[in-house]
Amino acid sequence: MLHLTAGRVGGLLSRRGVAAFSASSVKMASHGHGDVTEQADMSVPMYWDRLDTPLPDRPYQDTLSDADKSLKQKEKGPWNNLSKEEKLALYRMMFKESFAEMKKPTGEWKTVVGGIFFFIGFTGLVVLWQRYFVYPPHPRTFDDEWQAKQVQRMLDMRVNPVEGFSAKWDYEKGQWK
Amino acid sequence: MFRAALRASVSGARSLTRARPQYTASVAARSYSHGKQETDEEFDARWVTYFSKPDIDAWELRKGMNTLIGYDLVPEPKILEAALKACRRLDDLASAIRILEAVKDKSGPHKEIYPYVIQELLPTLSELGIPTPEELGIDKA
Repeated sequence: MLHLTAGRVGGLLSRRGVAAFSASSVKMASHGHGDVTEQADMSVPMYWDRLDTPLPDRPYQDTLSDADKSLKQKEKGPWNNLSKEEKLALYRMMFKESFAEMKKPTGEWKTVVGGIFFFIGFTGLVVLWQRYFVYPPHPRTFDDEWQAKQVQRMLDMRVNPVEGFSAKWDYEKGQWK
Repeated sequence: MFRAALRASVSGARSLTRARPQYTASVAARSYSHGKQETDEEFDARWVTYFSKPDIDAWELRKGMNTLIGYDLVPEPKILEAALKACRRLDDLASAIRILEAVKDKSGPHKEIYPYVIQELLPTLSELGIPTPEELGIDKA
């Protein structure tokens, strides 16, 4: 699917879309080094492994060796005459992956989670660098000494003396309640 | 059909009761509020007839199987028997094995369906010489 999209876009860009599609194999003539792999020929029946489409349009192996061909001939006779290996060979000729192989877990999630952590970590480094190289120095009002004097001033003014700030200060003892 | 099993699991029951579904996944795939609804037996009979066609061709087999697997149900053993016999007429052992794999996959979490189907199909399987995926070892990746 992805290759087809790339091909279509390339076709439109090259203005030789007609030429690109008329050929039996959809190779991008204009984009030279663009397409590394040959695109699947979508004008003929394709093979795919899908759980919801058990019998694809064509067998997996379409070019059979002589041994395969003779096995195919044997298939026309009673199947009880075939050995287990021959039956397996016939299956593999027709299909690429069995259902079990299709459904096998890929472990892709490990890559995804690993990638997430990696980029979060990288962002952390960027933030750290920012802290040291981008942000200007603190205003002096953030210094501990200034903050202490500010608190003292607020207490002296009796800020929120009923239920708020100064209410929590014990003026007799000179400490927080 | 085994679509009832899917409904049964939604309601929490684990048995294979054959309750009547509210609508049928027929070829037209529409829920009619009026008009004749296809019964399970009619559905089964229609598909058995489809696969029993003596001169069925490979395309029809593929189309039939892919469509049948597309439905929200596990096909009855008698439909599968007709399909396997169609594979025999077409000299296609691989597709027969693939059909069995697809049935197992369609059962989803209901692990009891596939052994039941195989048990029902055993006469046909041994008569035609079709191995089960387990016998070939392709049931494990």
